[in-house]
Amino acid sequence: MSISRRDFLISTLKIAAASALPLSAFKILSPAEARASVEASTVRWGFIVDTYKCVGCGFCVKACKLENEVPYEAPVTRTWVERYLILKDGRMVADTPLGGRDGFTSLEIQEEVVKPEDVAKAFFVPKLCNQCENPPCVQVCPVGATYQTADGVVLVDRTWCIGCGYCIMACPYGVRFFHPVYKVAEKCTFCYHRINKGMKTACVGACPFGARQIGNLKDPNDPVTKTIMTQRVAVLKDEYGTKPQVYYIGLDENVR
Amino acid sequence: MSSHVLRPLWVVIIIVILILGARFIIVPPDFGIQERGFMYGYHRKSNEDDWKAFKVKYRTRKYCKDCHPDKYEPIMSSKHRIIQCENCHGPAVDHPEDPPKLVVDKSRSLCIRCHARLRYPGTERAKIKGIDPEEHNTGMECSMCHNPHKPDMEGW
Repeated sequence: MSISRRDFLISTLKIAAASALPLSAFKILSPAEARASVEASTVRWGFIVDTYKCVGCGFCVKACKLENEVPYEAPVTRTWVERYLILKDGRMVADTPLGGRDGFTSLEIQEEVVKPEDVAKAFFVPKLCNQCENPPCVQVCPVGATYQTADGVVLVDRTWCIGCGYCIMACPYGVRFFHPVYKVAEKCTFCYHRINKGMKTACVGACPFGARQIGNLKDPNDPVTKTIMTQRVAVLKDEYGTKPQVYYIGLDENVR
Repeated sequence: MSSHVLRPLWVVIIIVILILGARFIIVPPDFGIQERGFMYGYHRKSNEDDWKAFKVKYRTRKYCKDCHPDKYEPIMSSKHRIIQCENCHGPAVDHPEDPPKLVVDKSRSLCIRCHARLRYPGTERAKIKGIDPEEHNTGMECSMCHNPHKPDMEGW
């Protein structure tokens, strides 16, 4: 076989040009991506917790447990309230008796009575599922029992969950637990049955002080979206890269 | 091809068909990759409807308003207007059909959720009028002296 110098150079150039074509030009869309590009969800549920407003009454925890049929006496809860005291001597004490279900009614904290005079700063921090944009609890599920809906809420399929507990270990926020009755993984659903009927979640409704708010982050006129866009807000454990969608006003660095 | 090769091959083919058949029966037809892709959206689609169909129990004060205006009006003109009826009266569910009567929580432990004195600096809690539940008329229900619907006025 013989080839002229001119032909050889031309073919070399052609091959180089062809291989320079970006591989992404041939990328095939996955069915999910294709569907999302046609009928993208117009709803993304988000939450605001204003820690300045919380007084630690625990009505949110009570309402959540009764609304969502979480056994009332069992030491498990979908949402809870933590009390943090930073003392004048520099120490920090925190507690959440029964998840704050019956409110904070005593100066006793971790078997120690702390006088308000000794407290430098104090705050109550309500917690619930962050409905992360990158939920680590969903990634680890070996059977596809837990998932994220198009509007961003992470749910558990009780008929499909095998109760292996991987998701309970994977959640950096300790939100998931084992349901004592159904024997499956359980978590906050943002009251999916309520928000889809135009209602607020049970905890938002029960809070007398407006410390909790839920809204649609894809609606620029939603008060929650406006607050997040214009106020100083923070999320829990940002460094984990989970992109939580529960935003806190007045979050202290001592909150873990 | 000789039969000692074909026979185990048939066994393998039948096992594969049985497994695929069982999978076809067991896995619901709507199970698969949904909107959020394989990593976050691999699930049974109809489970979303299962969660949407969950029973609403807390109906909010709008539900109480029309039948109980005699209770609704006074509380809405008091400081306690920020508290939902169901926080003290319990979830309405399908009241008055089910349950026909709501049980009011008149216990001290309900009131001291907010009114146990915790004077922590910088908190809203410190601004709420509070008592020491260990000392303030122990053993009595708060509502014996204080009307929860008219908290500004002492007595009934």
